[in-house]
Amino acid sequence: MAARLAQAVGVLMVLSVIVFSLLHMAPGDLVKNLVGTRRVTDEIRRAIVEHHGLDRPVVVQYLTWLTRAVRGDFGTSVRSGAPVLDVIGDRLPLTVGLTLLAFVLAVGIGIPLGVLAARRRGTGVDRVVTTSAVVGISAPGFALGLLLLHVFAVTLRWFPTHGGGEGVADRVWHLSLPALALAVGTAAMLVRITRAAVAHELSQDYVLFARSRGLGRRRTSLMVMKNAATPVLTSAGLVLGALFGSTVLVEETFSLPGLGQLLADSITFKDVPVVQAIVLLVAAVIVGVTLTVDLLVLAVDPRQLDHRARRRPIR
Amino acid sequence: MSASDLVRSSLRGTAVSLRRMPGSVAASLVLVLLLIVLSGISPFLEPVALTKDLALGVTPAGTAGHPLGTDTLGRDVLLMSMAGTASAIVGPVAVALGSTLLGIVFGITAAWRGGLWDAVVSRACEILLALPVTLLAIVVAGILGGGYWVTVAVLVLLFAPSDVRMVRAATLQQLPRPYVESALALGMPTGRILTFHLLPNVAPIIWANLFVNVAFALVSLAGLSFLGFGVSAQAADWGRQLADGRAFIFQNPAASVVPGVLVIVAAAAINVAGDWASSRSERRAAR
Repeated sequence: MAARLAQAVGVLMVLSVIVFSLLHMAPGDLVKNLVGTRRVTDEIRRAIVEHHGLDRPVVVQYLTWLTRAVRGDFGTSVRSGAPVLDVIGDRLPLTVGLTLLAFVLAVGIGIPLGVLAARRRGTGVDRVVTTSAVVGISAPGFALGLLLLHVFAVTLRWFPTHGGGEGVADRVWHLSLPALALAVGTAAMLVRITRAAVAHELSQDYVLFARSRGLGRRRTSLMVMKNAATPVLTSAGLVLGALFGSTVLVEETFSLPGLGQLLADSITFKDVPVVQAIVLLVAAVIVGVTLTVDLLVLAVDPRQLDHRARRRPIR
Repeated sequence: MSASDLVRSSLRGTAVSLRRMPGSVAASLVLVLLLIVLSGISPFLEPVALTKDLALGVTPAGTAGHPLGTDTLGRDVLLMSMAGTASAIVGPVAVALGSTLLGIVFGITAAWRGGLWDAVVSRACEILLALPVTLLAIVVAGILGGGYWVTVAVLVLLFAPSDVRMVRAATLQQLPRPYVESALALGMPTGRILTFHLLPNVAPIIWANLFVNVAFALVSLAGLSFLGFGVSAQAADWGRQLADGRAFIFQNPAASVVPGVLVIVAAAAINVAGDWASSRSERRAAR
């Protein structure tokens, strides 16, 4: 467990180095980026270089930034002049809401359909479900979102075309189309994984044995579901991370002022501190989710504990 | 059996499986073929498609001479969409080939050598895999801002870790097989064993994965250009069209709906065709 935690911290450290060096490798003058639209006089240049310590070696700059970041100080946004944490805090609720809504939709649609397809393997139902899953996986959120926008918001006028809405009910109404666009790909992935996992369990000897012993349908499917849960849980966690990458695109499609749009704008404006903070925040969430999923899997299936010993390569 | 016999019998096999092919697969193969043809001719279409008619401006679908209407610069939507095929297909194919090549080189050598090299390769892959590709691609391509081929190179690097892992796992499965041992006992050079003995045996998995990678790269690349990263503002590109068309979705919905549908249809066709190819090669391997 300690090793797992150290690994998570290691991933975050490596990522912070990558992002930091990337932003320094970026074409263009960092001072100009920091000043923005104002004219760069020698005085201003000197003040900025001093304030940000740009004359010091990159390693020192990185360590200064890191020690501040660990203490929760991510600097100020170049574009708005406000503290980075405040800027992010403003945008966070919308993106969290969107991601959770999409996740609930994806799990609610994907897992039942996957179970259904596995139980009816080889039938027409199975074929329809698996084919739609392939199409669903192929449909990126931004393209699908645009179609939904065209049909339900522009033509039928059932939903708003943009904005995040005020209050809980209004917000859900504003977020339902984007969440659906975001959920389809994820749901499709969950369909395939669930179908494979359940189908694999159904073909195992213990199912045949349980049935031959005259165990009820309910008891057998409970056993099957519990055993199929490991791969499904693991992938559901991984998928939550992937969802965030697509949020950027879906927020752009529906003009939603969320974290994703903030990231895209900050990249365009070279708002270095904000980009750094968002990437690290997202990575921390993903690493955290993966860690939680690993623990959940252990709780559902404690046998996984001895897998470590067997995982050594053969050679 | 002579070479021509071999070709003939494999052709006969193809003919038989063509008759048994499901309709969705046949439709996908036709679509994939169409995309390849279109991306071949789209460089010649591009100059015509990018011709502006500022006086015309946005027109809805069905305007005389413009079946799908025009965009704000008065460019024909149908021609633009056709000219955007190369940008949508060529880059993703390059991404898939590039990352597969990296996957083969690093995956096979890591599995073969083991030890420190394996540890370095595996840890590097794990770190890159811990992060969502789309997000990382947005940040890297957005910051570097170097145009189409730089973005393709970035995607190759981001796609490679999963390919490395896959090839490594497949190779590890092959290593204990007798044919590897006999090649070693015959004193064959390592390079020869890796290329002519191991590689053909992991190839079926690599082929199947290639299609998935093309489809995924198509979606990623279109997403990047949708955000305004990866292609120049003037280029004919589906992602770009989608982003631009959003602004006048009320005047001419076709300008953004058509490229959107094209992205979905192209990715789905490649995925369906890939699924079919991989299950076919699995069946053949099982025989």
